[in-house]
Amino acid sequence: MRYRRRRQRETAKEVVVPDDATYVEFEGVSKTYDGVTPVVDGLDLQVHKGEFLTLLGPSGSGKTTCLMMLAGFEAPTAGAIRIRGRPIGDLPPRKRGIGMVFQNYALFPHLTVGQNLSFPLEVRRVDPEDTRKRVARALGLVRLEGYENRKTTQLSGGQQQRVAIARALVFEPDLVLMDEPLGALDRRLREEMQYEIRRIQRTLGITCIYVTHDQQEAMVLSDRVAVFHDGRLQQIATPEGLYEEPMRNFVARFIGENNRLSGRIENIDGAVCDVRVGDTVIRALRVVPGEVGDLTTLSIRPERVGLAPEPGLFANEFEARVEDLTFLGDHLRVVVSVLGADDFIVKIPNVVGHGAVIPGDRVRIGWTPTDCRALDHKPESTEP
Amino acid sequence: MTERPAVGPPARTRLRAAGLTLPLVAFVGFSFLFPLGTMLSRSVYDPLVADALPETLALLEEWDGETLPGEPVFAAAARELETALEGRLAGRLGGRVNRVASGMRSVIVRGARAAAEAPAATARETLMVGDPAWGEPATWRAIRTAGERFTVRHYLRALDLDRDAGGSIVRQPEELRIYVPLLLRTLMVSGAVTLLCLLLGYPIAHLIANAPPRRARWLILLVLVPFWTSLLVRTTAWIVLLQTHGVVNSLLVALGIVADDGRIAMIYNMTGTLVAMTHVLLPFMVLPLYSVMRTIPSHFMRAASSLGANRRQSFFRVYWPLTLPGTAAGSLLVFILAIGYYITPALVGGSSGQLFSNMIAFHMQTSLNWGLAAALGGILFVVVGALYVVYDRLVGASSLKLG
Ligand SMILES: Nc1ncnc2c1ncn2[C@@H]1O[C@H](COP(=O)(O)OP(=O)(O)OP(=O)(O)O)[C@@H](O)[C@H]1O
Ligand SMILES: [Mg+2]
Repeated sequence: MRYRRRRQRETAKEVVVPDDATYVEFEGVSKTYDGVTPVVDGLDLQVHKGEFLTLLGPSGSGKTTCLMMLAGFEAPTAGAIRIRGRPIGDLPPRKRGIGMVFQNYALFPHLTVGQNLSFPLEVRRVDPEDTRKRVARALGLVRLEGYENRKTTQLSGGQQQRVAIARALVFEPDLVLMDEPLGALDRRLREEMQYEIRRIQRTLGITCIYVTHDQQEAMVLSDRVAVFHDGRLQQIATPEGLYEEPMRNFVARFIGENNRLSGRIENIDGAVCDVRVGDTVIRALRVVPGEVGDLTTLSIRPERVGLAPEPGLFANEFEARVEDLTFLGDHLRVVVSVLGADDFIVKIPNVVGHGAVIPGDRVRIGWTPTDCRALDHKPESTEP
Repeated sequence: MTERPAVGPPARTRLRAAGLTLPLVAFVGFSFLFPLGTMLSRSVYDPLVADALPETLALLEEWDGETLPGEPVFAAAARELETALEGRLAGRLGGRVNRVASGMRSVIVRGARAAAEAPAATARETLMVGDPAWGEPATWRAIRTAGERFTVRHYLRALDLDRDAGGSIVRQPEELRIYVPLLLRTLMVSGAVTLLCLLLGYPIAHLIANAPPRRARWLILLVLVPFWTSLLVRTTAWIVLLQTHGVVNSLLVALGIVADDGRIAMIYNMTGTLVAMTHVLLPFMVLPLYSVMRTIPSHFMRAASSLGANRRQSFFRVYWPLTLPGTAAGSLLVFILAIGYYITPALVGGSSGQLFSNMIAFHMQTSLNWGLAAALGGILFVVVGALYVVYDRLVGASSLKLG
């Protein structure tokens, strides 16, 4: 393709950091629509070649805005975006060679499936024979062989979704952006499509930036997940990393279930610290770079809390009162009141001899300091 | 009421609901269908001559049309003309025959007066004293033609056709053809006005559809204010602007673009008709276009450009096809309105800028040939109907979006 050759030549001339791994780079990118409220604030982000990266965050956190800036439909207020080391600020969307799947599909209603797919090829003046082959191949990829002559309005939601993906892929872009593409689908179809998307991305080896506010979807699909909140990047890590080692209060809350306890740092001892919660002192992993006297939030995953029939099993052990109890097959979900909180959740795996508890029982619960992370403190009311 | 599946309201309720539409149905029938029906019937049905000269016409049926008719025909004609004169019908009778062959009015009227005075022995001589033309077969042929109760001759004339002496249909000689060339010109003017409205209205509609809501409201108002202003005011405004010593010409002279003695004739001709009609009909293009464009989400254009289309490609391959229902509706509306437009060409069209409807008005008001006026109207009616059918075939009437 003509424009792509030219882009490569210019790239060779303008390369800033010749880093093979980094494909897309946001550097200090900020965006405000009204000149006052930042929608994206000082974003630094690197996307590697062939990576599946998900932007995860609640509604209004600036995810779509990031995609739009990368696709060229919005200009950053500050900072630079580079693709292959080349700043793309002055490239119009059509020259960025990015495949885009819109949240509402944006399939052209006056064209058939085949015409929708051949659109990007025809505007690039690909010859008709080749176009036909590539359209057929793209339809095969999304398992819609033989749907060329259907009207897009005669397709089910999942089929429209797959056509949108095929259309974003048919001109063989190296980078594909998807903005909540599965938002409108029911649960079963979503799971099916997640698998399809992942399969296609792996097969083609393309770089994919995906937007969602569904943490489970992010976990299933991604190589890495970037968590957004209020226009700021909170943490970027593998799904496992996010779950096991949340670096911020928001991430811990947003990803999976967790118990939070508010306290004050009383003593710092290298990687661990002692936190006073009420009149108890808890030993925790020091994640937040706080000082003695700072407020902190302790985050403990429910499945990392154990029952301690005998004292001395955990470094942190407390008396708790069972408030409620739900049997969920593979585990018991127990709500206890402990340390001033009355909604502390404990998940007990359903193994032989887990010991029957009933509401009202007094039990000993506990956890190891490494499973208790001292994170930044935010008043509960400002949380989503 | 008996048990029945819930498939809509019971018959009595439905009947009552239908009853509510009765006044409207009656109104439409009274104010639209009835006049239309009478008018169209006039184009094929004219009993005046047939009722006034029944005996004469009956006798003329046996006549060969070449030689002069015999004395009984003259006698019958003289008798019936006398009656017509008494009933003050002679003038109108003459007028009817005059439409078939010009000059006949005076022949009939003089013949009638002569018949009343009866100056000669035979009826034939009596009439010929009134006017010598009574001695020519052409006069009798004209009476026979005018006496047809049901006739297509109005339509023949409206289509610039005629019957030759043998009765077969032929085209009028070149210099007498008026209506077909006028109809063609009207179609062309309507086409031109439609095109101008589309060229001007499309960007306007696009601008409004993509403006922020507040500004869009103002822009819509700007389109509508002229729409609410009296047609007469708008049309005369163009006279002020475009006349020889009007604003535009004076400006051009002041700027030295045209010489003072070379002022451009922009009004009372086709230019005036085109300009004023485009202005008057523009809202009918803008409103349907706007209502369609407003429903086209911006992500279609974004999708097009993310797929590699440049502005021109996105427009012609995505935006334009999506606006087609609006374009078609606006064009149909403007074209149909333009084809029957009357006031504006009458005021600013001069002699070269007159359209088909002006001719209908002329025959209604000046020549008083209602039969011909009705036939011309009927032709217009058929043209518009045909257009609608074509539109329906091409675009589908169900996709019509009129605002
Ligand atoms: N065109 C715009 N003009 C003004 N403000 C905008 C515009 N687009 C987005 N915003 C604002 O920017 C903020 C971030 O919007 P964005 O669409 O990026 O959120 P998001 O993370 O994609 O949310 P969602 O999950 O709901 O799609 C929101 O507060 C929104 O109101
Ligand atoms: Mg969004």
